[in-house]
Amino acid sequence: MVLFEQVVKRFGSNIVLDHLDFSVAQGERVTLIGPSGSGKTTILRLLMTLEKVNGGVVYVEGQPLSHMKRGSQLVPANERYLRTVRKKIGMVFQQFNLFPNMKVLDNVTEAPIHVLGLSKEEAVDRAKQLLDLVGLGDRINQHPTSLSGGQQQRVAIARALAMQPDVLLLDEVTSALDPELVADVLNVLRDIAQSTTITMLIVTHEMQFARDVSNRILMFDKGRIVEEGQPDKIFSNPEHERTQTFLRAVLEER
Amino acid sequence: MGTFLTQLGDSAGNIGAAILVTVEATVLGAILALVLAFILGLLARSRFLVVRGIARTIIEFFRGTSLYVQLFWLYFALPVLGFQISSALLCAVIAFGLNFGAYGAEVVRGAINAVPKAQWEGAVALNMTGFQRMRLVILPQAWIGMIPPFNNLLIQLLKSTPLLSLITVADLTFEGQQLRAATGQTALSYLFLLVVYFILAYIFTLLMNALESVAKARLGRGGGLRGLFRLREADPTGRSAGAGAGGGA
Repeated sequence: MVLFEQVVKRFGSNIVLDHLDFSVAQGERVTLIGPSGSGKTTILRLLMTLEKVNGGVVYVEGQPLSHMKRGSQLVPANERYLRTVRKKIGMVFQQFNLFPNMKVLDNVTEAPIHVLGLSKEEAVDRAKQLLDLVGLGDRINQHPTSLSGGQQQRVAIARALAMQPDVLLLDEVTSALDPELVADVLNVLRDIAQSTTITMLIVTHEMQFARDVSNRILMFDKGRIVEEGQPDKIFSNPEHERTQTFLRAVLEER
Repeated sequence: MGTFLTQLGDSAGNIGAAILVTVEATVLGAILALVLAFILGLLARSRFLVVRGIARTIIEFFRGTSLYVQLFWLYFALPVLGFQISSALLCAVIAFGLNFGAYGAEVVRGAINAVPKAQWEGAVALNMTGFQRMRLVILPQAWIGMIPPFNNLLIQLLKSTPLLSLITVADLTFEGQQLRAATGQTALSYLFLLVVYFILAYIFTLLMNALESVAKARLGRGGGLRGLFRLREADPTGRSAGAGAGGGA
């Protein structure tokens, strides 16, 4: 489903991803953990085409995402090509990124109407279902700014799902929230994980959540995967020393 | 004083017509300026160096040359070269539009750049085209940041309209000078002009404030048209309120 092949990403002289190889299967839920600056968020941003690779190729469903085919060669993708591959990917951001110029309902319907070409009725039906799913069916006519952070983030989840992506990227979606609002958002995501087969790539510091929803954990350090495995193994019995110290630090914090 | 007021009363009709001319030139000039500001401001952000270069050249040229000279060029110099613009008022509207459009282009560009990057990324993540990002997400937010500087430009445009009297248009300043010639009351005549221009400028300001309040209410900030006549405070909601939903870096 998602394949990274020798992917290199640099910001200036800082190497964020260092010849990274990994893949995620259809329907799999993979959580990326590791210290900040280890490249987790960059992986999601590359998949959302918000960043460009400096080396290697990213594939989604066998199709190159970072590049396009010209003859037998792969050349960096242009915007028109990106629009055809980007539709498979949806993303929820740490800071929600809701559009303050639109009401809650419009945040969820505008892209399906204008990008997917849905009729207004269809888009509204779909949006209402999704907003019910995230527990905000009664807030559709409010402005995003009048909602709590947790509510805004749940709208953002509905907005991403309304585009019916194959892969959902969750980028530290609870990091900007007050502690008492985190649970609501995570419960919504648990529901979605259980009731759908959508592929998920998750960056989070919520280890219990990662344990509950993931099939696999990837531990990152300095742009490389230092350890990977099933959640039980990684959390109960990590092998790599870096994983052990990281988990100890994260778990002590709470 | 008595003769001045009598004369003022006698020429009320002319003065009314002159105020209309002044307002007409202001409004038409502002509309043209607004259109040019958006076109030039958007082109100045183009990915293509050539497009950006052309837009920048036009902006810098019309910002960097005097409105007075531009107007005289259109009115006196173009006919010498064989192009006659049909009316003096039209000349003025074109000059106002080009000059203030160039200033306005910088306002448009700056306001667009001030929309948080997170908003662009949100729009990309929903796979919007570049045009859709601009139309659905960025411009509706940038618009609010443009209104106060546009208001400044509008008032400056109004105050530039006395140039009309130099190219034979019977505007407010022209009628003020007629009043002075008829009564010999220099101080009163010019005081009268000051007051009328001030009132006109204040009306424009109130209208722009109303527009700003409506635009803010649409983003869920501020209380709509309430509080319109209060003195402006240092924007307590600020742009950061938008960033609350828009996010940081």
